[in-house]
Parts: sequence; C-alpha cells; structure tokens
Amino acid sequence: MSRENVLKVENITMQFGGVIAVDNMNLEVNKGEIVSLIGPNGAGKTTAFNVITGVYAPTNGAVYYKGTKIIQNHPQGKMKKLYHGENPMTYTGQRALAPTPDKITKLGIARTFQNIRLFKSQTVFENILIAKHLRRTSNVFTATFRLNAKEEAQMRAECEELLKIVDLTDVRDELATSLPYGKQRHLEIARALATKPELLLLDEPAAGMNPQETLELTEFIGRIRDEFGLTIFMIEHHMDLVMEISDRIYVLDFGKPIAEGTPEEVRSNPRVIEAYLGGAQDE
Amino acid sequence: MDWLSRNLPYLMAGISVGGQYALIAIGYTMVYGILRLINFAHGDIFMVAGLIMVYAVTAVPMYIAIPLVIVATVLLGFLVERVAYKPLRSAPRMSVMISAIGVSYLLQNLALYITGGLSQQYPAIPWLSDTVTILGATTKRVTLVTPFLTLFLVIVLVLLIKYTKIGMAMRAASKDFETSQLMGIKINSVISMTFIIGSFLAAIGSMLFFTNYTGVTPTAGAMPGLKAFVAAVFGGIGSIPGAVIGAFIIGICENIIRGLGWTTFSDAFTFALLIVILIAKPTGLFGEKVTDKV
Amino acid sequence: MSKKTKMIWNVGLIAALLGLLFLLEQVMLPSSMLFIVLKKGAIYALVAVSMNLLNGFTGLFSLGQAGFMLLGAYTYAILTIPVESRASVYQYFDGGIVQFAIPVPLALIAGGIVAAIFAYLIGLPVLRLKSDYLAIATLGFAEIIRAVFQWDKLGPLTNGSNLLRSFPTFQSVLFPFIVAGICIAVIVLLINSTYGRAFKAIRDDEVAAEAMGINLAHHKRLAFVISSFFAGISGGLLAMYQTTIQAATFESAMTYEILLIVVIGGIGSVTGSCLSAFLFIACSEWWLRFLDNENLFIGSFHVPLLRPGFRKVVFSVIIMAIVLFYRKGIMGDKEFSVGAIANFFKKRFGKKKTAGGGASNE
Repeated sequence: MSRENVLKVENITMQFGGVIAVDNMNLEVNKGEIVSLIGPNGAGKTTAFNVITGVYAPTNGAVYYKGTKIIQNHPQGKMKKLYHGENPMTYTGQRALAPTPDKITKLGIARTFQNIRLFKSQTVFENILIAKHLRRTSNVFTATFRLNAKEEAQMRAECEELLKIVDLTDVRDELATSLPYGKQRHLEIARALATKPELLLLDEPAAGMNPQETLELTEFIGRIRDEFGLTIFMIEHHMDLVMEISDRIYVLDFGKPIAEGTPEEVRSNPRVIEAYLGGAQDE
Repeated sequence: MDWLSRNLPYLMAGISVGGQYALIAIGYTMVYGILRLINFAHGDIFMVAGLIMVYAVTAVPMYIAIPLVIVATVLLGFLVERVAYKPLRSAPRMSVMISAIGVSYLLQNLALYITGGLSQQYPAIPWLSDTVTILGATTKRVTLVTPFLTLFLVIVLVLLIKYTKIGMAMRAASKDFETSQLMGIKINSVISMTFIIGSFLAAIGSMLFFTNYTGVTPTAGAMPGLKAFVAAVFGGIGSIPGAVIGAFIIGICENIIRGLGWTTFSDAFTFALLIVILIAKPTGLFGEKVTDKV
Repeated sequence: MSKKTKMIWNVGLIAALLGLLFLLEQVMLPSSMLFIVLKKGAIYALVAVSMNLLNGFTGLFSLGQAGFMLLGAYTYAILTIPVESRASVYQYFDGGIVQFAIPVPLALIAGGIVAAIFAYLIGLPVLRLKSDYLAIATLGFAEIIRAVFQWDKLGPLTNGSNLLRSFPTFQSVLFPFIVAGICIAVIVLLINSTYGRAFKAIRDDEVAAEAMGINLAHHKRLAFVISSFFAGISGGLLAMYQTTIQAATFESAMTYEILLIVVIGGIGSVTGSCLSAFLFIACSEWWLRFLDNENLFIGSFHVPLLRPGFRKVVFSVIIMAIVLFYRKGIMGDKEFSVGAIANFFKKRFGKKKTAGGGASNE
C-alpha cells in the first residue's frame, strides 16, 4: 500500500450464542479513502461497525487503528466450547486496549447510527457542543466554578464554526428532533465531526432519504472529507451513492467478505450479483 | 437434635413467611412481566386486605368475611390499575412508577385516616390460629399450612398460565407488549386479569401473614411488600417459579438471622442479598437476558 | 437581555428575598407556621434539587436519597454535639467514642463528604444497573444504612436506636435559606457547565453519549456522588431543623416524598423542584391543616369526614391528580428565571421587539 493505513480489521469473528454474525472478516481502510461496506440485510454490516467502535467485544480477532492494536479478543469462558470460527487461539494477548466506545472516539474514530440517535431534548447547537466534552482539559470543579471560561468560549466558537460549514446555522436553536429528516442526518454527521475524528464511520447515512436528499448527502460527504482531511468508512444501501463516492468497496454476505475492489470491479463481480439476486431480494 | 429443636421454630417461621412473601411476590412479578412496572402499591393493597378483614369481622361472621376480603381486595387491585395505571399506558415508564408510588402514598394515608394511626388487632381465624406442637416446638397452625397452600396456589397458577387462553395471552403480552396487541389480544383485559390474580394472592397472603402478626398498621404493607419485590427480583423478575423460590430463600434466611440474634439485620440482609444478586446476575436466578439493540 | 443585566436582576432578587425574610422574622412570631414551612421547604428544596440532578438531568433513577440524608444528618450530629452533653446523650454507651466537636459549617460539609464517599463505594457496582434495577438497589442500600445505624454494636458512634440530640440548631430562617441557596446555586452552575451537558446527553441517549466520547461509568458516578454530597448536606440541615434525629425515621417513604416533589415540580427543572418543595411542605403541614379539625362549621353546617388524618388523604388525592393529569409538573423541564419572565412579557405585550432578541445560551 502506498498510503498510510488507518483502519485494519484482522480476522474478526463475532458469534452470538451459536450464530456467527461476522465470520473471519479482514479489511483495510487507508488514509483519505472513502470505503463502503455493502451487503444484503442481515449480512453483519452493523455488527462489524459495532465491533470497530467498541460497542461489542468481538469473539475473536483484532482491530488496528493507525498501526496500533486497539481491540483484541479470543474465545474465552463459555465461548471456548461454542466457538466454531477460525483462528481460535491467535489473539490470546491482552483482551482489549481501547475496549469502550468512548475511548475509541477519543482516539479519533467517530460514528453515526443507522437509526438517528440525536440528543432529543437538546438544540442543534447543544448537540454539537456535547461532542466537545471529550477534548476538555477542565475537571468537574473548574468547570462548575467557571474557571474554564477560555476553554468553554473556544468550544462554543468551534461549534459555531462547524455549524457554518455544515450549513445549520439558521436552525442553531431549534430542537434537534424538530429538524427534517435529512437535516437530522447532517446534524448527526456534524456532531461526529465535532469530536475531531480522523476516521468517520457512517452507518447507512442515506437510509430513508429521497433521491434529492441522497444527492445532497453525496456532495456533503465528499465535501467534508476534503475539508477535514477525513478517512471515511461507511455502510450503505443506496447503490448510486456508493458507486459515485467510494474509492473501494467491500461486499459482505452471511458475515463473510465475498468481494473487494473499486466500484467497477465490484459491479461486475459474479459472486456479488449472486449474493444480491440469489439471496435476499434487496435494494 | 438439640440444635434442631432450638432452631426449628425459626426454620418453620422462615418457610411460612417465605410462603407469604411468595404470594405477594407473584403479584409483583406478573405485573412487571407485562407492564415493566414496579407496582409499589402492591404491598399497600396487601395491607388494605388486612384492614378490610379487621373491619369485616366486626360486621359479618368469619365465613362471609373471608370471601368478602378476597372480593374487595381483588376489586381494589382492579380499580387501582384502571384509575392510576391505565391512563398512563403510553407515558414513559417512570411516570407509571411514580403513579404507583402515589397510589401507595394514598392508600397509606387513607388507612391512617380510617384507623386513626392505631394498630388494629387482626381477628383470629378459627383453625388457622390454633396452636399446634410439632417436634417439641409450639406454633400456630398457619405456619404449617402456609407452605402447602402457597405451593398449591402456585401450581394452579402455573397451570392456568400454561393451558388457558388468558394465560397464553399473558405470556404473549409479557414477551412483546406491542406485537401481542397487533395480534388481537385485548391487552387491557389481560392486564386487568394480571392485577386480579395478583390481588387475589395478596389477599390470601395477608390472611396468612397477619394471623401470625396480629397487628395491622398503615405501614404494615411496606416492608413485606419491598421484601416480596426483592424476592421477585432475586428469582428473576417476570418468572413465577423464580419469585416463589426467591421468596422462600429470603423468608428462611431472614428468620435464621433472627435466630442467630441479629434481628437488626434481618431487613438489611434481604437488601444486601438483593444488591449482591443484582451485581452478580442482574436478571436474577431465572430471568431472561435482554440486550439493547444499537 | 444581556448577561450582565440578568446577573444584576438575579442578585437583586435574592437580596430582596433575604431582606424580606429578615423583616418577617422581626415582625412575626418565630413559632408561626410560615417559618416552619420556609425552613423545612428550603431543606426539601435542596434535597429535591439534588435528586433532580440524578433523576432529571442524568436519567439515573435512584431512590437512595433518604439514606444519604441519614448519613449527612448523623455525621453532622455526631461531630457537633458539645463534649459536655455527650455523657447524657450517649447515656447507654458511656458518652460515646467521639469526644470532640467541630464548628457547624465544617460538620455540614463533613456530612456531605461522608454521604459522597458512601455514594462512591455503592456506585461502583450499582451504577451498572439499568433503570428499575438501579432504583430498587439504591432503595435497598438506604434500608441497609438505616438498619446498620440502629445496630447496638455501633452504639458508641451512632447511639444505636436512640435519639441523637443536643447538637447546635438554627433559629433564623435565613440560615437554611442561605446554605440551601448556595448549594442549589452550585448545582445550577454544574448543570450549565460542560459536565452538565454530558449528564443531559447520557439522559437523552446513553449509546450516542458514549459514541461522543463520554465515559458513562465516570460521569454517572460523578452525578451520583455530587447528588449524594448535597443530599448529605440537606440531611445535616434537617437534623438542625428537627433538633433530634433517629435513624428509624429515614424511611423509604421519605425518598418517595422527595421524588413526588421532584415530579410535581417537573423532572429536569431546578426552579420547579424548589417551588414544589415549598408548595408540598406548605400543603402537607399548613394550608390543609383545617381538614384535620373535627369541629369545622360553615355557617351552621357541620362539615363531615373531617378528623385528624383527613388532610393527608386530600393531599395524596391532589398528588395523584397531578401525577395523572398534569404529568409534566409545574415547570415541565423549563426554568423560572428573570429572562424567562421578561421574554414572556415581551411576547405578550411587545411582539415587535422579539425579532431582535434571539440567541441566549442560558
């Protein structure tokens, strides 16, 4: 690879009880790329996301961020007997280095959710402001007694700046949930950006959008990638969006990656066509 | 043998109290199973059942008073659900729980008003209140009857839930409230039925419980209620056998602790047990695991 | 309105309130019902706000408030009983083991700290639990504390199940007002800080909050410890108000009362909790007292049903009505402030002016 490797998923297997949701998955995302993960419903895409962002500990395998191992696990306890995936004894080191979602966000990986999860009782501005909390230097005492006024002012200024970039300044003081659906998506992405990530994970950003909104979103994703120097890894069903924007695509079926390549390569891959047409009749 | 005869009364009391807790705990666990609501008023319904008995025997003979108490308690349970919980069906769960606390507050204050705050002498129920001697230990017959009656009622209930139509509806509602509604289950009658069964068992429980304790005060329901709830959580809330086993364990442990001379801690022990089980196995002994979807 | 004018208004209002209280104390009898309500109301306002910080702002349904008040009250009492009175207070325990007394303000803070330490310890395991389970575990914890404090073996420290008395108390209504006022002000500052925003994020959506880099365990524990600290202080104040304390009286019913105050005031509204604390105490102790009077006549009509206890029945019916029909409480999740009133009047009487005044961050 010529470019710096940002995310590397190595032999990740996620097994719930006897069911394998993600099966020995390997993938890489390089700096500045937009990489998409596609596959029929139930292929294990969101599960893969949840493993990368620390929501689930994988049953087996490791995740690297910029060359550092951040997540690692191997089948233990009850899983030892139940596990029927591959490489059961490879990742027996320390269990996890950044095991919880908040620590992973702190490292510079931010995400959005399939079903929008905004802070319901908060305004647009406050939603973004909350994301600034993790880069604070104040403690609870200095924050309460306003000894962090300078930092607070900077947080707010940065958020105002971000609002301008994502074009939400005019709805700054509206309740987040009162926004139209498309704008809520933009806000959720903006909120993720406020954590100052290098890698942005988008879980079906265009879900439920009409063609016009999808078009706007495509443009938006490209724009923020350039503006913030981001690397983007996303799950998506809208093929127009995926084909238009992705540098590379991974295709997942029944938890297993079945194809990888540029949009053109993937489009003509017979296994992909079979998975989509032969499996679930989906999108 | 010496040890046994010294501790037998405590053990018997424990089994008996356990049975009484079990009867209350079922009310908690069934309501929680369907509505996901800690019915804080359930302990007070149990107390009111005791008070109704106190006042009923002054007016009618015992053989009428007993069914009267049962009917009145069931009616009360039904009314509480209709008035205080049904209007909040679509409200956040916390609102309903607060409403339950409100009902508990109301029932206690009502009892306080009616009794004037004095402890009311619970009438002796013939046969049940008779003294018997077993293995050298003297006790009331109720102590012996309780565990058997409890088990009998629980078996009937489990059969009811397993084999009748309403029982099936209850199981469906506790698995998935919304979907069962879509499947044409009349959710309100299922919920009412749950409260009716719960109150019925609480009424029986109150007769057994107060026969042993003789005094009914407005707050008499609070502690047994809490403990029965702990029993329900201990056994895995939503599970009827779990609640019964939990109740017996708590009743026995509590009385053994009394027997050891640690009376101060008999209540505290119950809650310590609760905290330990919640930390070790948050869903209780027989509870099902639920995970949040992200 | 600018921040500065708001500040001036607020300070002015507080000064006016304290001045008014001072004046009232000069002209009215100290035994007046009004003062009882004001004193107890201020204490309950503090504990209600501390509970609101947890239940309303962080979304943690905790029912341990009475337990933390007990810790605060006992710490305060144990540390302040004058050495010469100890022999008579601890008559069954040879005067107890604590043989010193510290100044009142220090003892109040110590009460808060003890409650906070206990909260930290209990929070480690308990805060992993979700909603109902957390509620019942904290309730259980309060009951355990209550039992332990009545234990004979701890008698030299806690006086067992006997009363603690003879500790310093307050006369003026200004004392609880100032102490509770300062504490509530600190809580408000906290809620409006970056930490307060994190708490609200956790309340709204735990999963999203965690994805925003908020450490759930850390922040929940923080909210729990801070809330308990202030509950402890209010416990100390309650001890001062009651002049005697006994562990047995810190029942779960007390927590329920506080919860009802929070709900009536509006979950997530500090000013709502304060207002409702005073209304709650006034109703339960004062305004409805005529209902307890058996010989009440309107003209020549002897009002039936009235006898001691009826007041509480009516009161609980009112509460049920609020819970059922007025679910949002007095304030909802809004705050009562000078700015809000100004905006209200602006909207009513000066519609043209509102166009200019938009973005305020309070």
